[in-house]
Amino acid sequence: MPYTADKPVPPPTAEELRARVPGWGADLDPADRPAWPKERFAPGVSGAHWDYPDEQQPREGRERSIEHLQLTPVFGTAQPLHGLSGAIRRFAYDRFSEGRAAHWLLLVAGDRVESTGAHLRSLLTLRPDNPVTETGVLSELHRHPIASRRGRVDVRHQVLDPVIVAGPWLLAGGVAWMLARRLLRR
Amino acid sequence: MTYRGPYKVRVEEKDRPRIEHPNDAIVRVTLAAICGSDLHLYHGLMPDTRIGHTFGHEFIGVVDEVGSSVEGLEVGDRVMVPFNIYCGSCWFCARGLYSNCHNVNPNATAIGGIYGYSHSTGGYDGGQAEYVRVPFADVGPMVIPEWLADEDALMLTDAFSTGYFGAQLGDIVEGDTVVVLGAGPVGLAAARSAWLMGAGRVIAIDQLDYRLEKAASFAFAETRNYTHYDDIVVEMKKTTGGLGADVVIDAVGAEADGNLVQHVTSAKLKLQGGSPVALNWAIDGVRKGGTVSVMGAYGPLFSAVKFGDAMNKGLTLRMNQAPVKRQWPRLLEHIEAGYLKPSEMITHRIPLEHIAEGYHLFSSKLDGCIKTVVVPGS
Repeated sequence: MPYTADKPVPPPTAEELRARVPGWGADLDPADRPAWPKERFAPGVSGAHWDYPDEQQPREGRERSIEHLQLTPVFGTAQPLHGLSGAIRRFAYDRFSEGRAAHWLLLVAGDRVESTGAHLRSLLTLRPDNPVTETGVLSELHRHPIASRRGRVDVRHQVLDPVIVAGPWLLAGGVAWMLARRLLRR
Repeated sequence: MTYRGPYKVRVEEKDRPRIEHPNDAIVRVTLAAICGSDLHLYHGLMPDTRIGHTFGHEFIGVVDEVGSSVEGLEVGDRVMVPFNIYCGSCWFCARGLYSNCHNVNPNATAIGGIYGYSHSTGGYDGGQAEYVRVPFADVGPMVIPEWLADEDALMLTDAFSTGYFGAQLGDIVEGDTVVVLGAGPVGLAAARSAWLMGAGRVIAIDQLDYRLEKAASFAFAETRNYTHYDDIVVEMKKTTGGLGADVVIDAVGAEADGNLVQHVTSAKLKLQGGSPVALNWAIDGVRKGGTVSVMGAYGPLFSAVKFGDAMNKGLTLRMNQAPVKRQWPRLLEHIEAGYLKPSEMITHRIPLEHIAEGYHLFSSKLDGCIKTVVVPGS
């Protein structure tokens, strides 16, 4: 009981634990662990052979957090900003620091705008988005879908997943249908 | 693979990545893995995840090309690549904080660079692909020792190293009772690692019985299925004689279950940076003066964390993305000594062409899935 000084549930002895768990106590000394101390000034051990890295080129137009004093010497170029989503994201980067909720909420908005546009554009290509293959839902057929879910609390909200995937499209389709009907009636 | 929007991925032909900096390498991926944190991207939780992005921060491969300033690697080397992208020379890297590098992520100062983890971590495509660009090839990657199996090396690129790091952040001393929330790969690794640091008891908590069985067999842990208790915090107190655990490790993160409102407002409606259910259980279940180690990944928005309890209990809260390469020399010693076998966490191996099914399988936790490995070109 914690109402007295002794530990309420004493642990097994070191000998018992060594016999039960391979390697028990191999890192017993807290000062001899890789993560200690948290900050360990040792600039020569990383493999870097520069004080400041060469700067990756080209650098023009690359978005950056306004908390950075400069563009970092190296950066990813995987998916450059483009279109309306790019404008939203650039505004988030140029206007708001990472400390502002607006920064992150605008980036999320940019994500949704881009994914909507990408889905719509894909319909004009030879490989339109396919919600059946791209959600991987076909794996349900041979991966024990019922037995795997028995007794799990997360099943209560897994039913929301299809709503999250299909809901915005059904909603947008419904609105478009209503607008089209009104226009045709005029 | 490429991201096509929340819950959707597909395989596409993309240009082979090219050298963009003198210290870049191009690595041909031989094995990759899907991480639990990839699911946050897959579910649309991570801001600035762009269409066409290739996920994957756990991978090994063979060096296919090196930039003009690369000295430590040669074409043909079999390498393991830490999930962190880092320069090795900035203020933070000079102090060993490799996961907090300031020279690789222009999109944010609060996080370093990560492969295939949105533009919020720098905008680098990841390793669930045939080829990947590896910046700072002289700093991050390491040639895999000949004796080390590919799948063990793969588990060291994030999951096992992160779990090992999480146990260290618990500041475990001999005889401590350590509770690990979440029996996924990182939780299993943390539970297994806690013994190395002298834990007297290790208790794994999850809602999935098959994962708890793995925690018992792989990590020698006592187990609790939280759905079997009215209040898991009370059980954490009861099993420790009313004291609370000395150390609690959150190995769950942003999509924690256990509280429907918290889960739906975060994981589904994206109104929080992450569901803090596990973190709040950690704060309430640890003893006064104890330590909470956070390895679960959370998004950058705010979350409803019970900070008052943390303050009133005098807790130490420790957390970071793992600086993976700092962990490797010691972990290799432990593997070579036979203490650890990280690849035992792997349950599924799928070809890259079927990655959409791999994501659904892992996300929905079907078929006893704990860790899925992706095999390009199979």
